[in-house]
Amino acid sequence: MLRIDELTVRYGPIAALHGISLEVNEGEVVGLIGPNGAGKSTTLNTIVGLIKPASGSITFDGRSIVGQVPAKIARSGIALVPEGRRIFGRLTVAENLQLGAAVRKDRAQVAEDLERTLDLFGVLRTYYSQPADRLSGGEQQQLAIARALLGRPRLLLLDEPSLGLAPIIVDLVFDVLAELKRDGVTILLVEQVAARTAEFADRSYVLRTGRIALSGTRDELDGKADFAHAYLGALDEV
Amino acid sequence: MEALIQNIINALSLSSLYALIALGMAIIFGIMRLMNFAQGDFIMVGGYAIVILADLPWPLKVLATLLVVVALALAVERLAFRPVRDSDPATLLVTSFAVAFLLQNLALIIFGSLAKATTLSPFLLEVWRIGDLAVPKRDVVMIITTLLLLAGLVAFLDRTATGVQMRAASEDFRMTQLLGVNANKIVASAFAVSGLLAAVAGLFLVSTTGTVSWNMGLNPLLVGFIASVIGGLGSLRGAVLGGFALGTITVMLQAYLPLELRPYRDAFAYSAVLLILLLRPEGLIVERTAKERV
Repeated sequence: MLRIDELTVRYGPIAALHGISLEVNEGEVVGLIGPNGAGKSTTLNTIVGLIKPASGSITFDGRSIVGQVPAKIARSGIALVPEGRRIFGRLTVAENLQLGAAVRKDRAQVAEDLERTLDLFGVLRTYYSQPADRLSGGEQQQLAIARALLGRPRLLLLDEPSLGLAPIIVDLVFDVLAELKRDGVTILLVEQVAARTAEFADRSYVLRTGRIALSGTRDELDGKADFAHAYLGALDEV
Repeated sequence: MEALIQNIINALSLSSLYALIALGMAIIFGIMRLMNFAQGDFIMVGGYAIVILADLPWPLKVLATLLVVVALALAVERLAFRPVRDSDPATLLVTSFAVAFLLQNLALIIFGSLAKATTLSPFLLEVWRIGDLAVPKRDVVMIITTLLLLAGLVAFLDRTATGVQMRAASEDFRMTQLLGVNANKIVASAFAVSGLLAAVAGLFLVSTTGTVSWNMGLNPLLVGFIASVIGGLGSLRGAVLGGFALGTITVMLQAYLPLELRPYRDAFAYSAVLLILLLRPEGLIVERTAKERV
């Protein structure tokens, strides 16, 4: 579905990504793990068109999306739940959700999806008419995910959805992701919490200083000394 | 007592004009972080539209003026600002200066440097007499028109999809685009609304002063800029409030300053503006921003 080949991204003279390649197949949940500054967010921001790559290709359904504006990429079916959530705090929860469906013309289906989404994220129903900045961090994260889902994306990109959330809220977020996984939503999940992400995803890539260091299923990664060495601490924590 | 009521009516009508100018600038600033220094010249072009169409009946004149200025605002967005939209704010600012100089000099070449006299409708020059009170019909029309426009704008921003998208864009334009919203549509809508407000401000201004000149946009520009700053940059409610504050301060100083100090009215008015900014450096209304919460 999504295929990245030899992608290089530079910020001025400094390369943030050195020719990375990765693939996400339909219905798959793929993890992208790595420490701060490894290039995880850069990868996602390049996919959605916020950053222009220096070289390499990104194809979605076999068509190149490099050089397209973010709105066009979004309309082709890729949704991003960005780092820091970026909900519209002055708008109501309802308006935030309405914006998520801005690309869609099938009004009746949107209304139905909205009901389903509110069933899934009960707290959003409670605060439906309230300004979104009244929500707690975890609630805002749910809103950001719900907003992305209402666009009916075929590929959902999540940038560190657990960042800055209390552990119990992180559990909640992963519960939601598990539900989406059961529904067959294709997901590319970027996280620092390595073990949990590797556990949750069908396959994971480990990104280190702009290069794919390792890839594979959780079991395959576990078998690799590098991964154990780099992330065993994280494994115990979560 | 009559004098006070008279002054309040004056203050409200001048404030209406100021509020519309400030709002027109704030709408564009909110989304593009651009202080559009050509806004005053949108008003000037509206003024010349009234001059050219002087022989038409007033409803047609009003309609044509609105169309001309909205079309101008859309053309300026498309031709001048869109190509540099992703540049840094300074580039946008300089572009708006260029548009302003271009429009002023075009007016100078086409219409000459002398001011032209015109009226929108003789009706606006009449007054209603209530006891000792003389209420200019123009003031009443301006105040009511402004209230209707503000109500319409609120309804547009709250209830239409485009309005909600514009509010979202003024909070986080990038994120709005990431949701698939067409950036060109949002910016063009903002310019159309801004042009409409400038056109109405032009109608108000011309019916107040009765003259049109190539540099008539300078004072409204200054007023709009100051009103949106004291209101709180980026806040639409702030721009309206700032316009009303500046208009009221100006009229009340004109009315109640000792005679020998009245020539210095603007110095006092802008001292009051400085005082407001000293007390509230971010303006009267600071929009809540999304706080990081855990």
